[in-house]
Amino acid sequence: MNSKTTNNTKNDLVDYTLHLADSSLIMGHRLSEWTGHGPMLEQDIAISNIALDLIGQARNFYQYAAEIINSNEEEKNVTEDDLAYLRDAGEFKNLLMTELPNGDWAKTIGKIFFFSTWQFYFYQKLIYSAERQLAAIAEKSLKEVTYHVRWSSDWVIRLGDGTEESKKRMKKAISELWPYTGEMVVPASFESNLENRVCIDVSSIKDDWFKKIKAILEEATIDFPDEKIWMQSGGKNGIHTEHLGFILAEMQFMQRAYPGLEW
Amino acid sequence: MNRTEPLWEVFIRSKQGLEHKHAGSLHAADAEMAIENARDVYTRRMEGVSIWVVESKYLHATNPDESESLFDPANDKIYRHPTFYDLPDELKYM
Repeated sequence: MNSKTTNNTKNDLVDYTLHLADSSLIMGHRLSEWTGHGPMLEQDIAISNIALDLIGQARNFYQYAAEIINSNEEEKNVTEDDLAYLRDAGEFKNLLMTELPNGDWAKTIGKIFFFSTWQFYFYQKLIYSAERQLAAIAEKSLKEVTYHVRWSSDWVIRLGDGTEESKKRMKKAISELWPYTGEMVVPASFESNLENRVCIDVSSIKDDWFKKIKAILEEATIDFPDEKIWMQSGGKNGIHTEHLGFILAEMQFMQRAYPGLEW
Repeated sequence: MNRTEPLWEVFIRSKQGLEHKHAGSLHAADAEMAIENARDVYTRRMEGVSIWVVESKYLHATNPDESESLFDPANDKIYRHPTFYDLPDELKYM
């Protein structure tokens, strides 16, 4: 392998790791917006726990990304904080689903449901990655995600098979979020470039993932959405909804205004 | 806030081999939600390995007004304590 290929592979691996880090961070940040605003104390704590799990996953991925970047002599000493707080929207590779506003409780539940079930099948494969660090993060995260799946599935069923009002809201949430599931199972170029034993083929988790969604929606007495509608995409390539900029403005404010600030 | 969910009592076992202890109470719509809530509220700092929940209405309690007659008579009966035995060091949790 010549050094150009090695560098390209390295860049793809960084992008891949950042994509996973960004998705978890933005999802975690969004969920943290519920802290202090949950519909009841117990759920406030539950959702804050999930947010913390996700931010923890993001940290692991950012640390690994920084490690790969720094292994290149020409690079400076990049830290996890630089990657989280000093990149702009166009450099973020998170799934669009994660940056969407929380909306009402049903919408937030729908987001966690789609995202955590996707993560569940994704991590189940990533634990076999030839990149030991990615595999290790996946293994640690899988335990957390398994609970997120259980918790959000219960809520989808509870709301869907609940009152007339809760069903209406859950149905609306599912149909509004559905167009954002498309890019979650279509590989970005950095994914296609990487070897299959390093990065997983996201299209291969689609069947299991959809089967799970179908089963839960059925129990929630909500129709499975139309698979053939037009799907949103772009998140993994840095093309985002208008919402991401506002998230970053808030999340990165401290580091931008007071560079290097610690607390 | 208008709360319609019933109250549940939560019991946590902190370690295999130990008994479940009362940890507190919380609101939940049903047993499943109560267990999830208990997990999130009471075990997030590694406090537990097992959770029991029971709806508070199923607990029956002593009446505080009867405390004197129920508990005071035990006060001066030191001979009921098995404190006169020497326990081997290996015996824990007695």
